[in-house]
Amino acid sequence: MSASLALPHRARRLRAIPGFGLAFGIALFWLSAIVLVPLLALLLRPFELGLVGLWASLTEPRVLAALRLSFGAALLAAALALPLGLLLAWAVVRLRFPGRALLDAAIDLPFALPTAVAGVALTALLSPNGWVGAPLAALFGWRIAFTPAGIVVALLFVALPFIARTVEPVLRDLGREAEEAAATLGATRFQTLRRVVLPALAPALLTGFGLGFARAVGEYGSVIFIAGNMPMISEIAPLLITIRLEQFDYAGAAAIGLAMLLLAFAVLLALNLAQRALRRGWA
Amino acid sequence: MSVIVEGLARRFGTTAALDGVSLAVREGEFVALLGPSGSGKTTLLRVLAGLEPQEEGRVEIAGQEMAGVPARERGIGVVFQNYALFRHMNVFDNIAFGLSVLPRARRPRRAEMAERVRELLRLTQIPELERRWPDQLSGGERQRVALARALAIHPKLLLLDEPFGALDALVRREVRRWLRGLHDRLGITTLLVTHDQEEAMELADRVAVMERGRIAQFDTPAALLAGPTTPFVAGFVGEAARLEGRVAGGVLRFVQPGLPPLAVALPDGPASAFLHPRDVVAHPAPEGPLIRLARATAEGTARLVVELADGATLDAVAEPQGEWPQRQAACRLEITGAQVFAANGARGAAAPLRLAEVR
Repeated sequence: MSASLALPHRARRLRAIPGFGLAFGIALFWLSAIVLVPLLALLLRPFELGLVGLWASLTEPRVLAALRLSFGAALLAAALALPLGLLLAWAVVRLRFPGRALLDAAIDLPFALPTAVAGVALTALLSPNGWVGAPLAALFGWRIAFTPAGIVVALLFVALPFIARTVEPVLRDLGREAEEAAATLGATRFQTLRRVVLPALAPALLTGFGLGFARAVGEYGSVIFIAGNMPMISEIAPLLITIRLEQFDYAGAAAIGLAMLLLAFAVLLALNLAQRALRRGWA
Repeated sequence: MSVIVEGLARRFGTTAALDGVSLAVREGEFVALLGPSGSGKTTLLRVLAGLEPQEEGRVEIAGQEMAGVPARERGIGVVFQNYALFRHMNVFDNIAFGLSVLPRARRPRRAEMAERVRELLRLTQIPELERRWPDQLSGGERQRVALARALAIHPKLLLLDEPFGALDALVRREVRRWLRGLHDRLGITTLLVTHDQEEAMELADRVAVMERGRIAQFDTPAALLAGPTTPFVAGFVGEAARLEGRVAGGVLRFVQPGLPPLAVALPDGPASAFLHPRDVVAHPAPEGPLIRLARATAEGTARLVVELADGATLDAVAEPQGEWPQRQAACRLEITGAQVFAANGARGAAAPLRLAEVR
């Protein structure tokens, strides 16, 4: 501090990444080339319909139902994946059991597998005459494949690794000491989980939820096999985009894309703000 | 509260972390568990806290058998090595944690809880940190918060695991004195784990020296220094140097040349002698071991490092009224006493040999 006062001009701080100008420039360039320019095209295309046409195109009941289904199912799947992903991460980090390395590797499978393969497999499993679908239908009368419930299952499959993998390093870093300290202070297991472990993991859980949701809302391959794709019931928005493209309705397809973009951005922005609020509370 | 440990054993795989530990700590006593790393001292602490299961043996705290009592029901305050503060809670909430998790019937009201936390903040001399976050605190401050948090539950017993490890030397000394003062004021039975003998000697009423899962000796600091019962304790406590020799007819002769023989009442055979620097006095002489280093001490005497003929070095002191020793000067070594252990474990205090005794 005193050194910078004595020097005639500002002393440069040493950083691993080159100066602000260069780093910011490169970051901005890639962001523009890969994200912003394509998005700009998406933003402009639907307006070929005119504002009224755009509004009419988006408020078609079939479009609204598809958007509701896509976002609802993605949020539900991410929410269901949250405790499951936490449990998986917990098992990998804390427990020692034979086959732990296999489980660890298996978590990443949904990342690597073509989602269509997952879709076909899940459909075979959950269809009314599948291994899991048949007993569920016989015992409870539940139908999972070819209904919105099937969509949630498929999205759960793709969202799960995001949550498990974001929570894992934070859980590893948390260590056992904080839990042991809570125990010596008289906390029950439940109190330790609720007041010590979960708050410490909250930012990571939130990030994982955001990533899982983002992945699920754009998911196409696995869903179209299991969904049944009945308009108004089990037709997701990305499928509707494809259908419009096949009908050469490019502007109409882009209109749904625009709506998805804005909705997804709103959800992710809200999650980010929540996370910043969490962090500010800490330090 | 008193602590009684009998025959405690705990194994990790094939290695025994605790191998038949017995210990009796009196109420209000400050005891240090001293030992090199891997000697089992932290494992013992964790078993007492209920964080590690006991495989064999018995633990009794305040007259109550502890087997099967979970950590949360033991009412023992623990200060962890890295303090383990809850990073998402501020200092106030960290300290209040133990009170806020009490069952509703016993949980104090908000105002009482706040009063108790402020009292602890005053006691640990950090009232200004109430609203800070753990990440904003220095090592010494974190340690005080961890201590306040442990004290909040009115513990019967306080366990400290290397609590000064993360502090720099100056802060360490100051915090040590303060901690001992706090113990004397509160009178809580305290067990401290450390590998630093200066720390153990200064803080504790009694020190348990641990070696490979066992307690080698459990005694007051003064008694440990004056009468170590095993070669390990003699070598680990104090700054004694170990020299090998051979006893024959009540006379110990060192393997190293240039050292006078000593009289010791031990059977014939090989023996190890532990020599304190103050027991080795260097007198100016025309020839003999060389003085390699000389350093002034606060007591006004010179501390020396002397090189023996075979190249080994030995800590020594200069003769009290002599001239200031020169480096590289030769000297004659006088040995005024030593702790000697025979190969069978028998122990004897050696004394200078009077000429008449040399046969």
